[in-house]
Amino acid sequence: MNIVVCIKQVPETTSVKINKDTNTLMREGVKSIINPFDMYAIEEGLRIKEKFGGRVSAVSMGPPQAEEALREAVSYGVDDAFLLSDRAFAGADTLATSRTLSKGIKKIGDFNLIICGKQAIDGDTAQVGPGIAEKLDIPFVAFVRKIREIGNRSIKVERMMDDGYDVMEITLPSLITVVKEINEPRMPSLRGKMKSKSIDIPTWGLADLEIGEDKVGLKGSATQVIKVFTPKRGGRREMLEGSVETQVGLLINRLNDLKVV
Amino acid sequence: MVKVDIELCTGCGVCEEACPFGAIKVQDDVASIDERCNLCGACVDVCSFEAISIQGLRKTGGEGNDHKGVWVFAEQRNGKIASVVLELLGEGRKLADKLGVDLSAVFFGDSVEMQTNELISYGADKVYVADAPILRDFNDEIYSKVLVDLINEYKPEIVLSGATAVGRSFIPEVSARLETGLTADCTALDIDTERRILLQTRPAFGGNIMATIICPDERPQMATVRHKVMKKATYDTNRKGEVIKKDINGYGVNLRTKVLEVVEEIGETVNIAEADVIVSGGRGLQEPKNFKLIEELAKILGGAVGASRGAVDAGWIPYSHQVGQTGKTVCPKLYIACGISGAVQHLVGMQSSDVIVAINIDKDAPIFDVATFGIAGDVFEVVPVLIKRFNEIRG
Amino acid sequence: MDYFLTENQMMIKELARQIADQRIMPVRAELDEKEEFPWEIIKVLADSDLMGLCYPEEYGGLGGGTFENCLAVEEISRACIGVSVCYAGSGLGAYPILLFGSEEHKKKYIPDIAGGRKLAAFGLTEANAGSDASGIQTTAVLDENEYIINGTKQWITGGGEAEIYTVIVMTDKTRGSRGASALIVEKGTPGFTFGKKEKKMGIRASATTELIFSNCRVPKENLIGREGMGFVVAMRVLDRTRPGIGAQAIGLCQGALDAAVSYARERRQFGKPIISFQAVQHILADMATQTEAARALVYSACRFIDSGAKDISKVSAMAKVFSSDVAMKVTVDAVQVLGGYGYMRDYPVEKMMRDAKILQIYEGTNQIQRNVIGQELIKEYAGKKEKK
Repeated sequence: MNIVVCIKQVPETTSVKINKDTNTLMREGVKSIINPFDMYAIEEGLRIKEKFGGRVSAVSMGPPQAEEALREAVSYGVDDAFLLSDRAFAGADTLATSRTLSKGIKKIGDFNLIICGKQAIDGDTAQVGPGIAEKLDIPFVAFVRKIREIGNRSIKVERMMDDGYDVMEITLPSLITVVKEINEPRMPSLRGKMKSKSIDIPTWGLADLEIGEDKVGLKGSATQVIKVFTPKRGGRREMLEGSVETQVGLLINRLNDLKVV
Repeated sequence: MVKVDIELCTGCGVCEEACPFGAIKVQDDVASIDERCNLCGACVDVCSFEAISIQGLRKTGGEGNDHKGVWVFAEQRNGKIASVVLELLGEGRKLADKLGVDLSAVFFGDSVEMQTNELISYGADKVYVADAPILRDFNDEIYSKVLVDLINEYKPEIVLSGATAVGRSFIPEVSARLETGLTADCTALDIDTERRILLQTRPAFGGNIMATIICPDERPQMATVRHKVMKKATYDTNRKGEVIKKDINGYGVNLRTKVLEVVEEIGETVNIAEADVIVSGGRGLQEPKNFKLIEELAKILGGAVGASRGAVDAGWIPYSHQVGQTGKTVCPKLYIACGISGAVQHLVGMQSSDVIVAINIDKDAPIFDVATFGIAGDVFEVVPVLIKRFNEIRG
Repeated sequence: MDYFLTENQMMIKELARQIADQRIMPVRAELDEKEEFPWEIIKVLADSDLMGLCYPEEYGGLGGGTFENCLAVEEISRACIGVSVCYAGSGLGAYPILLFGSEEHKKKYIPDIAGGRKLAAFGLTEANAGSDASGIQTTAVLDENEYIINGTKQWITGGGEAEIYTVIVMTDKTRGSRGASALIVEKGTPGFTFGKKEKKMGIRASATTELIFSNCRVPKENLIGREGMGFVVAMRVLDRTRPGIGAQAIGLCQGALDAAVSYARERRQFGKPIISFQAVQHILADMATQTEAARALVYSACRFIDSGAKDISKVSAMAKVFSSDVAMKVTVDAVQVLGGYGYMRDYPVEKMMRDAKILQIYEGTNQIQRNVIGQELIKEYAGKKEKK
């Protein structure tokens, strides 16, 4: 099984704070990390490789510093890594990103399975995985919580739904996106960390991928962000004072008045 | 590209603070922008000197193309129309009226005549129906094919779907095949009537910021919409509508994707998205066993148990209970947050609840900013008293 | 402070710290409470290559030395020395084989130990032989091609959990400590069983049991070195591994200091964080200074040993005695800084203080360490006199 794992370098959004005075994001000290959902993709790729042999390659589209994320992936046991980076790729929406990554994966070559995290925590769109599958014309299953069986020509997986799960079978080569229920990612290994310092990570730009400039980055994007703003908060609060008994009493009166209980 | 006009820039630094991506640095009294720039335009809006502009955007609007009409993908599970669909029909009606076009529903399933009538009662002028046994269960491959073909045939200008497991799974494939834009998880929709463009607003960065997104050129404009953020359509059995049947002969041949089994999980998975009362616990509960307190209060109020991401990440309660950006959006009549400080990512998932009660020991916790009523106090003191008092009332 | 670590050493530290933070910190209180052997963590350490740090590459290790091992021990100890003793205890069991074993021994046992597939343990102490190793009563008698072992070892770290035991036994009682020999015994050998698991004050995640030998037969090839070398083997091994106790101590100190400082920054009394009071600052200042001094000594001792130096007994004893005394003091101080909260199990410093005590006791009590240092001083200065 040759596996390609798609990863994204993201800011650790849980540590992003809003400056209450200026109402802007405070980004100081926000670390860049591998998108947490992609860690499950890496882990699943490694587990499949350990069982069936083959290679696990990681690919990422992003600015030059996204190479750090790929090196980190190598420290976990990924065999090789490829960075798709070019000024022309900047400002890509999920459509342009899907096109670019699918070209990168084609260039990596022979693969049986592509694994993506279900979504990236900075965008939360969950669109790039299915987009890549479409651009490569391969079947996919999103939100996979378990791989049941891997055969020569197909895989059986469980897909997480809102009210349960579906058991799906798709032919190989194919793509899955995975949810965190699928596994517990491992720690890096020392040998992996050593390898990650020395491994050569090829960077492919526009000229290396068989794709037109009008299909990537901002130019290739169908959507545009036209406005960014910080969400308004309600602020109708009434703080209930007094002893615990009094506070609870007041609360129950208020809730009765509003007929919510 | 975002360009800074060196002549106009004063180096005031307002853009540096406004940039959500940390891509702007003011050096030598001039702003410079690095590759972290995501072209969101936040800097353009705040610059008082008109020194920043985005170049290379295509400027054409949606006018002049032949796509017409607003479509709602009417998802079903086990033959039952998902409740988000009714909300989409409500919102779709408004959008269609602003554009002066028809609202249509697209419905895939097996023996679905009754449901098509229901969709019309909820406001659909037309229902495109594909009715066959192979459409009973959700299969990405065939759903995508049928929807793509319908869109190519009838050319709607807007296609909406719920941001459910189904919508978030196959709609991205559909938009990619149509080479058009898709905005995920929208919480607000509107029309720029001048340009006939759909304004799609969604949270980004874990809900820390909101972004309004458009798809200026490609058609249809596609969006998935969060459950429980839009108002349900009104139901009127007198409404009349047209039903257009899609022949799906031949679609089931050579499928690469098979649905082997559909399993409903009951018990653990309480559908918090549907509950009228939710009692939620966060890290302030300190230990998994203290969720018993939350469960007890929820039980008395006939509600469901929710949780913050912190509590779920700590493994105190399963993910199905998580409220927030990465969990479920909820909109109950009453939301009681216990020991939840109110990280933005939690607030976006619950702030449209009708009444919000917050109980937290830290009187400055952000949860109080969205609360209708706040009690600054120890959860372990307040909640037991609440339970006692409610028990007395209920007798 | 910058100790000018190599890139590899920094990687080891970083990796061990990541595992400590993500996998050990969240479960340490539970492991302590339930007295549960941390197999899951050992598996993580094995998969991360950390079990093989100090073994030669030809036996599946990473070719590091005492220092590399101690860096990992230090970081793991920052989270829990109950876990780090399970980790380091395997090294103690393996060292007799590594230092004195035959090529066959090494090929047979080291790869599994270095890969973390099997743990090793070292069996020296008995009911009547602790500091005084000549009192060993467990015997091994050669019967054709097999040794027959009889007797009981006590307080053996890793007992019951480890697969490979290096045990010091008497092969010739008449010769006292010169009649001791080191044997390899594998778990599952008939006649080899484990006694009760001890209930301990601290390091409760680790297993401490008796090893009971009752006509237990092992092939005579399991003898490490020659007959009569047992005591030398034990002493040489302990010289090598004592800085590991020092590493446990400095890691523990760092964990206690981290907890104390972050508490002092948050805890408010009289309207300000308590760290703004000099009385608290001075306690923290002493804790930090003593920790750093202990670290400098342990690191120097490790580098000295890894340089191939011969006379390491004194330095290695110093590293152990100083840093473990410091650990006891620093953890007591940490509890003091946290006050009433520090005394409660809700905060980690209470456990740290209980854990610290063992460092002054095991692998030779600190009094015995001082004997070693004292005797080395006598030798040293006697030599100097002669030269004059």
